Amino acid sequence: MRQQVPLIITFLVGTLLIVSVFIPPLGDLERTFTLWFDIIAVFAFFLGGGNLMRVHITKLRGRRKDWPFSIVTLLGFGTMLAAGLFKIGNPGDISSAVDAPGSLFYDIFNSILIPLGSTMYSLLAFFVASASYRAFRAKNREATLLLIAAFIILLGRTPFGMMLTGWVPESVSILQIPNLAIWIMNSPNLAGQRAIMIGIGLGVISMSLRLILGIERSYLGQEK
Amino acid sequence: MVLSGSTSCARLRLFSIIIIVVVVSLCPVPELVAQSAEVVDTAAVVDSNKIVVAPPASVTVEDGKYDNGDTLIVKWELSIDDRIPGSKVLGYRIYRSVNGGQATRIGEQPPGATKFTDKDVEKDSSYSYTVAALTETGEFASEPTKAVSPQPEWFNFGRLSLLIIALVIGGAVIYFVETARRGRQLFVRKIAGLEAIDEAVGRATEMGRPVLFIPGINDMDDVQTLAALTILGRVSRTIADYDSKIFMPVSRSLVMTAARETIKASYQAAGRPDGYSDDMVNYVTDEQFGYVAAVDGLMVREKPATVFLLGAFFAESLILAETGNSVGAIQIAGTARPAQLPFFIAACDFTLIGEELFAASAYLSGEPRMLGSLKGQDVGKAIAMLAIVIGVLTVTLGDAFDITFMKQVHSWLMDIFSAT
Repeated sequence: MRQQVPLIITFLVGTLLIVSVFIPPLGDLERTFTLWFDIIAVFAFFLGGGNLMRVHITKLRGRRKDWPFSIVTLLGFGTMLAAGLFKIGNPGDISSAVDAPGSLFYDIFNSILIPLGSTMYSLLAFFVASASYRAFRAKNREATLLLIAAFIILLGRTPFGMMLTGWVPESVSILQIPNLAIWIMNSPNLAGQRAIMIGIGLGVISMSLRLILGIERSYLGQEK
Repeated sequence: MVLSGSTSCARLRLFSIIIIVVVVSLCPVPELVAQSAEVVDTAAVVDSNKIVVAPPASVTVEDGKYDNGDTLIVKWELSIDDRIPGSKVLGYRIYRSVNGGQATRIGEQPPGATKFTDKDVEKDSSYSYTVAALTETGEFASEPTKAVSPQPEWFNFGRLSLLIIALVIGGAVIYFVETARRGRQLFVRKIAGLEAIDEAVGRATEMGRPVLFIPGINDMDDVQTLAALTILGRVSRTIADYDSKIFMPVSRSLVMTAARETIKASYQAAGRPDGYSDDMVNYVTDEQFGYVAAVDGLMVREKPATVFLLGAFFAESLILAETGNSVGAIQIAGTARPAQLPFFIAACDFTLIGEELFAASAYLSGEPRMLGSLKGQDVGKAIAMLAIVIGVLTVTLGDAFDITFMKQVHSWLMDIFSAT
């Protein structure tokens, strides 16, 4: 029963959504079901928030390793929750938007959360460099090809590429590095990406059919 | 006299011809053309303050095809003043009258546009449209169209080819599932990343370090997350068997609940229900980079021996994979987002590329019915490959040798695979 009910719901909803792709009057079903999912997910947030609180309160009580960080987490969680819930500092009345400019929620979000997020994101620049260094080492034939292609694209995207090969006659302009870079991106690269996309599409169809038909059920947990 | 008369007549004719030739030769023909062009241009300007242009012509309204009676398409021919360079027409304003009422403006299109799609209509009402050419000093409206009511269609024939392809592929999947169920042995190629799971978990056990499983940052409505959870079932079963330790920080509450159920089921199946704890799966935050910071910190502190990065990833993919690499973890990654695959390939030991992520649960389970679905998927690949080969041949030969039949076949293929 614990698995049967979700399986029946999955079958009905899955079939209905597939049919709705071909029957215009059912076209709005996808939007409706997405809305329902969002509502369920909002309620599930209480589970997540509750879990976060429980984990850090337990850590704090037991004075476990790195417990002072739990204070920061709980304080941040509580402050943001209170700022949003009670609309602290909102310029309008209670019906105004939670993130109205001037509110505490808005200020915390823009002055703390966004800069912190940007800091994490900017780490990507260093990680791209270190990953590229490893990926582009010419340790075998494929890696050498990758290195050459990457080098051409790198040069082709800078004025240096045109400076080096600008003298190549128009009749063989494909050999100019910027044109070569465009060709690599538009032909071999795009062909490879499309092949992957076709595979993904077919994989999604197969996986969805397994889910709808109830063949795939490991994500539902154990039958009691 | 007669002679004299005829001579003077001839002289008169000669004089007339000379006059005509002189006048014609003096006529500045190029200037005339220029003047006529100027006439068209200056016709738009009646006086220095008012710009007058012709309204758009032949305004018609059509019912949207294959919809639920919620679309009407207004079409028109450009104002003749919008067809010359340096046109004074700034755009077109579309006015709508509902059930014969007052016309109100519902949209605007740029110069050169000949179509407007009204998606804010209802089946029970009738609509009439007026299109006005807009200038700096005013609008020049067309005649209102006849009133039209949108009609719903019960089948989207524009997607008929899509339905046929879906039925063929779906039918093939079901056929092979049934065939496998009856006991037929099916061959599935080896997937290195999945073969390495046991080895990776074994390594963590030997080193006495935990396994970190990251299921992407999307929710349960993403099929990639579901695929990740099905692999989690197998991974956690191995972990339960080896008595190793798993950590799973998640960014969605529903994923937390589902992951806990999956791991619990694996521990029960392994005969070790007591080994399971809710603390194995923790919610961190929905915020993308907040989640990344938490997981990176966890990796640096706990130094997991094995990291699984399976599911939907975005900009955080490389940050997570490079941090895992820096702590010396063996990493198995997989995603169906082509833009993130190069990062995983560069930073991880094994990468499940696209469809391999979805094939993983079937592959790992070894269950005949699941493997059958992979075979059905191969039929879809065969169709795609055939269509690509025929498409490339027909477009190449058709253009190179101007063969109409080849062009027709190519156009037919394009129609089939571009269903809307």
